[in-house]
Amino acid sequence: MWMRYALAALSVCFVAGSWFAYRGASTNAPASNQVRQGMRLWQGNNCTACHQLYGLGGYMGPDLTNVHSDKGEARIRTFVRYGTGRMPAHAMSDAELDALVAFLGWVDRSGRSRVPQEAVHWTGTYHFEQP
Amino acid sequence: MTRTTRWHIAAALALLLLALLFGALAAFAYLLPSFSDALPFQQLRPAHVSAALFWIITGATAGVLHYKDDTFGYRSHVPLHAGFLGLWLATIVAVFMAYGLGRFGGREYWEFPPLLALPMLLAWLLLMAHYLLAWVRRSPDPPLYVWMWTTGIVFFLITFIEQNLWQLPWFRETYMREITVQWKSNGAMVGAWNQMIYGSALYIMTRISGDEGIARGPKAFLFWFLGLSNLMFNWGHHIYNAPTASWIRHLAYGISMAEWILFINIIRGFKAKLDENRRHKHLTAYRFLIAAEVWVFLNLFLALLMSIPAINRYTHGTHITVAHAMGATIGINTMILVGSICWMLRYDERASDQRWMERARKFTMASLLVFWIALIVAGILKGWRITALGIEDFQQVMQPVTQVLFVFAVAGIGILVGLGYIGIRLLCLCLKSPLSTSSGAPTPVTQSFNQ
Repeated sequence: MWMRYALAALSVCFVAGSWFAYRGASTNAPASNQVRQGMRLWQGNNCTACHQLYGLGGYMGPDLTNVHSDKGEARIRTFVRYGTGRMPAHAMSDAELDALVAFLGWVDRSGRSRVPQEAVHWTGTYHFEQP
Repeated sequence: MTRTTRWHIAAALALLLLALLFGALAAFAYLLPSFSDALPFQQLRPAHVSAALFWIITGATAGVLHYKDDTFGYRSHVPLHAGFLGLWLATIVAVFMAYGLGRFGGREYWEFPPLLALPMLLAWLLLMAHYLLAWVRRSPDPPLYVWMWTTGIVFFLITFIEQNLWQLPWFRETYMREITVQWKSNGAMVGAWNQMIYGSALYIMTRISGDEGIARGPKAFLFWFLGLSNLMFNWGHHIYNAPTASWIRHLAYGISMAEWILFINIIRGFKAKLDENRRHKHLTAYRFLIAAEVWVFLNLFLALLMSIPAINRYTHGTHITVAHAMGATIGINTMILVGSICWMLRYDERASDQRWMERARKFTMASLLVFWIALIVAGILKGWRITALGIEDFQQVMQPVTQVLFVFAVAGIGILVGLGYIGIRLLCLCLKSPLSTSSGAPTPVTQSFNQ
């Protein structure tokens, strides 16, 4: 019987934890329609096969979390349109390219991918605030 | 064994062979851009990842559905099983066709168009109906592996639905919510199929040892609770570096550190394992289960280190994450599933090539070790160059890493040869199986092991 109680308690914690995790996610950069279109393009072209956002994704290419602020829009447009030795060129319209750039800008505004040394606490965990 | 179960096992093995083939091709497409022109990496990677995931899930469900007949003493409706298998496999074929046509859903691990999640969900509901019809006849005090199978099947459904919540606009409102829904569900889903796989490993161990007590003691249940807590709350380590609420990070860190108990327990049980190993080493299924234990030890140690945020700062986004994933999926999941298939097909009774099988197992283990170490070295180099040296240019970061990855690709060929032999051999045995009883009459699952 104690197994059932323990399982029920764990399940309640799971549901509550899920709610707080989603509810508490930062809302200071809501997605516009253009950003949503850019996200669809990101997914439809399976960019995550080669690139990472916050270190998550494939390893063929670099992490693009902060490419918008670090490298600039012009560089993103050139790489997407013409490709590189490893990256294929993508035949996108100007509007699509604008949407993809808007999506990467939206991701960029959510935070920094690399954790600064000063955020590491002596217990081994990180301490940093949501932007 | 029913004919449906036999096809279920054959389909799982075919997916294993596909995963190996796509994996080897993807490794060379990654390293050689000219190779990638003919077979693009962005198509090979999802094909490899999906084939590997489908092998694990299909293999895990084959075991659970087969062993439940013996455990519950009741065979539930075969048409439900056949319905699950037919719909599941048809969807998998559609997934590969979508990749071939360049149609993607673009979510990590599940990269197929989201519409295909619907038939997959329906297939899972058929599987659940098939399982639960037998489960309702369980004894009042079922062994631990029944709890593991049941929680695995139920949590797979929960996490599968959660994974598709991103299609609701609210979940795409902010990037933190979007990344949370993706990695919370992905992390928990791995825990769900691990419950099914480890449950089957425990079932086989009780049959080999003849000691049902190992699936009933309080210690066994304590570790199961630890695994379940891990499934529910340890997903936070995927997004340590994302600016989510701090409690997510602290909780995942705390749960991970509780796993040192498991790690220490493995070390303490080492001597007893050696004695047990001497008694059962003539069994092929047992050898694969022991191989998985070696990988549990190695991979848990790596995972524990990666779960410390201060270390994760260097390892996150590097090939160490791939080493962890490969150690878990090949070293642990695949070894247990191959052992389980050997047990279901009564390999030791029916095959005469045990010596070659053992050579293939050892060759796979050695290749996997080189593969795993090469990925760790590549990850250390990448992490050090980015985080400690602060190099920003990606090509410059990757220069020494690429050299190490050639070792990884060659070791990958070794895994293709070793595990490929094992997969083909078991597939042949499965297809010519006289075990089939199309009438549905129960065949004993337990087998003689005192050879």
